[in-house]
Amino acid sequence: MGVALSRAIQWSSDADKLEDSPLNNDLLTEILLFTEEFGDRHPQEARLKFSEPLQWKTTLEASDFISDLYDIREESVMSLGYDDNRRSLLQLSPPDITVYSFYYLSNLLQLSKDKKMKEVQSCLEANREPMKKIFGPRSPSIHEDELFNVLQQLDEKLLSIAVRPIAREGRLSPAAVDIEVDLLKRFCGTGENRVLKSVRYTSDYVFSNGCRSPPWRQMDGEICSLIIETCDTEPTLFITCNTSGVFLDEEINGEGGENSNRRKSEVYKDLVTLLKNMSTHFAKASDEKDSAIQDVPSTEKTLHVETVDAEETGQTLKSYDHEEKNVLEKARQQLARNKPGGRKKKLEPSLKWKNLGLVSPYDEAEEKARKSRESKRILEYGTKSPASENKKKSNFSGSSLPGCHSSQKIKTPGGADDFSESSSDDEEDEEQPERRAEAATDLPSEYWQIQKLVKYLKGANQTATVIVLCSLRDFNLVQEMCQLAIRDVGGLEVLINLLDTDEIRCKIGSLKILKEISCNSQIRRTIADLGGLQTMVSILDSPDKELKCLAAETIANVAKFRRARRTVRQHGGIKRLVELLDCVPDGVSLSKEQERDVEVARCGALALWSCSKSTWNKEAIRRAGGIPLLARLLKSPQKNMLIPVVGTLQECASEESYRIAIQTEGMIEDLVKNLSCDNQELQMHCASAIFKCAEDKHTRDLVRQYGGLKPLVVLLNQAENKQLLAATTGAIWKCSISMENVAKFQEYKALEILVRLLTDQPEEVLVNVVGALGECAQKSENLAIIRKSGGIKPLVNLLTGTNQALLVNVTRAVGACATDPENMVIIDQLDGVRLLWSLLKNPSPEVQASAAWAICPCIENAKDAGEMVRSFVGGLELIVNLLKSQNKDVLASVCAAIAKIAKDVENLAVITDHGVVPMLANLTNTGDDKLRRYLAEAIACCCMWGSNCVSFGEAGAVAPLVRYLRSNDPSVHQATARALFELSKDPNNCITMHENGVVKLLLVMIGSTDEILQEAAASCVANIRRLALANDKAKYG
Amino acid sequence: MSAMNRKLIQNLAETLCKQVKHFDKAEAECLIRQFSGLLGEQAERRAAHGLDRVRFRNILHNTFGMTDDVMMDRVFRVFDKDNDTYVSVKEWVEGLSVFLRGTLDEKIKFCFDVYDLNGDGYISREEMIQMLKDSLIRQPVEEDPDEGIKDVVDIALKKMDYDHDGKVSYSDFEKTVIDENLLLEAFGNCLPDAKRILLFEQHAFREPHEH
Repeated sequence: MGVALSRAIQWSSDADKLEDSPLNNDLLTEILLFTEEFGDRHPQEARLKFSEPLQWKTTLEASDFISDLYDIREESVMSLGYDDNRRSLLQLSPPDITVYSFYYLSNLLQLSKDKKMKEVQSCLEANREPMKKIFGPRSPSIHEDELFNVLQQLDEKLLSIAVRPIAREGRLSPAAVDIEVDLLKRFCGTGENRVLKSVRYTSDYVFSNGCRSPPWRQMDGEICSLIIETCDTEPTLFITCNTSGVFLDEEINGEGGENSNRRKSEVYKDLVTLLKNMSTHFAKASDEKDSAIQDVPSTEKTLHVETVDAEETGQTLKSYDHEEKNVLEKARQQLARNKPGGRKKKLEPSLKWKNLGLVSPYDEAEEKARKSRESKRILEYGTKSPASENKKKSNFSGSSLPGCHSSQKIKTPGGADDFSESSSDDEEDEEQPERRAEAATDLPSEYWQIQKLVKYLKGANQTATVIVLCSLRDFNLVQEMCQLAIRDVGGLEVLINLLDTDEIRCKIGSLKILKEISCNSQIRRTIADLGGLQTMVSILDSPDKELKCLAAETIANVAKFRRARRTVRQHGGIKRLVELLDCVPDGVSLSKEQERDVEVARCGALALWSCSKSTWNKEAIRRAGGIPLLARLLKSPQKNMLIPVVGTLQECASEESYRIAIQTEGMIEDLVKNLSCDNQELQMHCASAIFKCAEDKHTRDLVRQYGGLKPLVVLLNQAENKQLLAATTGAIWKCSISMENVAKFQEYKALEILVRLLTDQPEEVLVNVVGALGECAQKSENLAIIRKSGGIKPLVNLLTGTNQALLVNVTRAVGACATDPENMVIIDQLDGVRLLWSLLKNPSPEVQASAAWAICPCIENAKDAGEMVRSFVGGLELIVNLLKSQNKDVLASVCAAIAKIAKDVENLAVITDHGVVPMLANLTNTGDDKLRRYLAEAIACCCMWGSNCVSFGEAGAVAPLVRYLRSNDPSVHQATARALFELSKDPNNCITMHENGVVKLLLVMIGSTDEILQEAAASCVANIRRLALANDKAKYG
Repeated sequence: MSAMNRKLIQNLAETLCKQVKHFDKAEAECLIRQFSGLLGEQAERRAAHGLDRVRFRNILHNTFGMTDDVMMDRVFRVFDKDNDTYVSVKEWVEGLSVFLRGTLDEKIKFCFDVYDLNGDGYISREEMIQMLKDSLIRQPVEEDPDEGIKDVVDIALKKMDYDHDGKVSYSDFEKTVIDENLLLEAFGNCLPDAKRILLFEQHAFREPHEH
């Protein structure tokens, strides 16, 4: 990007804009693609913070940032990711945008949709030397080294793109001229809107080389002459097209005659450019028809020229790829073969290896080559800072893999994405450090036996292959040593090759081994690298059921990481696996053949279970018609079938479409039924599926109707199995959102058990337990139960935690408990309100809001609440300042709390000093009904002090409040009427209200059935009326 | 034989389907007809006895896709129960019943008989070497080109010789195969694969009344 940007990109004459040229277009496209994919391809490098941010004027708006990576506050956007100084890595305050990392650049482009190109262009225009900004003045550090390499590659690629057009620059061809003339002719006409009057060649004769100019002129590179009549230039333009460009003949009829030098005007690169300069009408019209005139010729021209280049480019690209692959391949082989060699420096056994002559000559050559590269590399680093050298060295002498990796990356920068891809994998299958029993001073005899067997495999016919495969199976294949031995001696290649043969017994034998050893994550990766998944997916089509089963089971093992799952999908594996599910397991006694079909379906479900951990695969399973098949298999009586089926379903239940299907296809009944089975794993998956689905009310009702609540409560007693407990408590939590279910839980004495689970449990259990208690506590009779079973204390204790999900639930539960005065006494004794108050400082808006909501009932029910609140040093200032939050729920909750606080006059005086009045007034323009309600309440309560009532009027809070009466939410009406009544005690406010048509609205409210609303509305009208009367009296005495 | 009339064939089929498992009368009839068709092409003199070795091997090769000479000879010997160097119609139908529809036990017996080259009730080391001699690509670098074969035979023996007497008895073989079905044809291909079986049956049993 350094060199290419400064040299290749074409800047406009004033050097602050990019020229709109095909070359720039190509370069921008390349940069765009590169940046857009950067986040996925180089996840680690993408996180590195730039030395200086890239800043530019963007056309993006806050509404474009639809992603949970950002916090949107009205027009401005802040990324949730920030640096050490807690500065957001992306900040937008339109039109200025500041970005600190490739991760956000990449994400931004993905969000930009059709504005992508524009953004890239604006960014480059504003940041002429991005490399300097990214790396700063110092040389890149080790981490940045990778990033530097990646960017270097891009730069090289850009240069290669740039060189092509430069080579042909200024070479106009007859064909290009013809295309352009044809295009211009299309814009000629007679109407008002025509762009040109006419375009014609001076000669109709075309020479075989495509030129029209006479041969003696062709010698000078001339192609043809044109006569163009524009709408606004006189005289008609006489134009010559030369291979070096187009120019005007000003004196074609002059004395100079045919042989006079015709080159009078400036040379333009093409006809359109010339016309734009000569004819203002053309320039204007062409701007209007921009897309038609400007783009078409340029793309057509590039197209034309490109056809010549395409082949060449294709080839270079191909060979580049090829080369890279080779290097990578070698590196990989090297990795596989020389793994022990890497440790050779330290450990004896590998030396012995060598002495024994067991390293093939080929390996030795590789080894030497590697060594020389290694030393070279160290030399290279010698010129850099000694620190980096040391680091590299230590890397290398340490465990073999990181060293090898880094050396590979340095040698084959292009191959980097291969690694970054795997590092982006899910947590469930992290790249494990290459391991080999360190203590293996003598390689075990098994190693040599395996090596021998693999050697025979390579040269055996079908019969011997089967014998050798069976013998290989006799090794303890669950042992990592054996797994890695098979890989290290090249056994995986052979096994995977066998899958491509026609010999069914060889395929079965090979798969039986692959199935076993693929429980090792390194083996999984190698199988995927060697293309094993593709072959196994195609084996799913085989008519042999045993073979299908083995392939599906092996896929189930291999597809434990993201790339593998994607490969399965991309090769049509999901559809085939779903087809495996299609068996008819009904009927009590099954024939042998049916049993095999069921087994096939089971293996298919196993594979789908692994695959379903990727969102795209969930969708693919659904589209392949998997849901009804899973629903059918869910009726199976076999546990080994049910586990993968329910496992898949609960995995997929993260998707709305599945949750609906689980409900509508009648699966809740089966899930509930299996809650009572005798297999904890199955019970866990069922509970987990219910957990995910029970956000939906109808699903919750179904769980109750099928009698699922009792077994859930029974499962609470399986407290040793934490995974099961987490799933069960989760299901109980979500089910308890329905009050009918809470009643059932009461009946089953679930609350007492839940309270017991408040201590000594892992957080994922606690979150759910507390969530469930919070829901149950919405029913007042449960408040006493929680207290009596000793739940208040552990709940309050949990307020000191740090897990945000847990804190949200704990604050909610404590708040619910505080509605009971007896509970409140305990909470007060435990200093619970202070703990809640300090959670207002939590960085998570959800925790803030939840804490503020919980504070409300505490203030309401605590004895001497005013005194208590005052005792929190800085507490009132803290809560008032939360009115600056951008989060609507935080604002609503804080308003509610302020309304409660303001009931104590002394406290009201304090918060008034902290500026609560203008801050509340500032929020009045909201359209959010929840916020409106609590805001109106807060305003009503805050009017009670000093001149606050007047101040609200002065701060412009009155007019917006009047509008609240038009809201559709009745709870807004009551609070608003109360606020208006308080405000109407100031005559000026009455005038404002009246001007805003409040009377008519209030008259409607007086007719309400809500007495408080009635009274407040009537009193407000009375105040307004009284003022009017007084006014009349004053006027007319 | 070629002159065998309808009545005769029916009687024979009746008898055979009682003696031989897996085929009903109609199927037995089809097989008998097919057999006489196969014989018809043979010289009259030999036809009286049944299929000779060459003809039988041709059938194994062309119809059942076998390629290994040793194996084909052995399959012929096992089919030819009375050792008269011809496969009679009864032997043919009996053999096919295992070939096409044999249970695992029957197939184990069949394969064992094939692999027990000298018929002494054991598969010996030497017999294994004989059967596996072409199963590995010879490594020119090795001192003893047969070392690999001997090794594979040792592997097989180790896997199969349950009673450690250095040879594989029928019971050894049976245990091995029941434990790992893949080893049924451990020493060479001597049974047709599923596809060939299907084709053969389709051909032999299609619309029997047309014959």
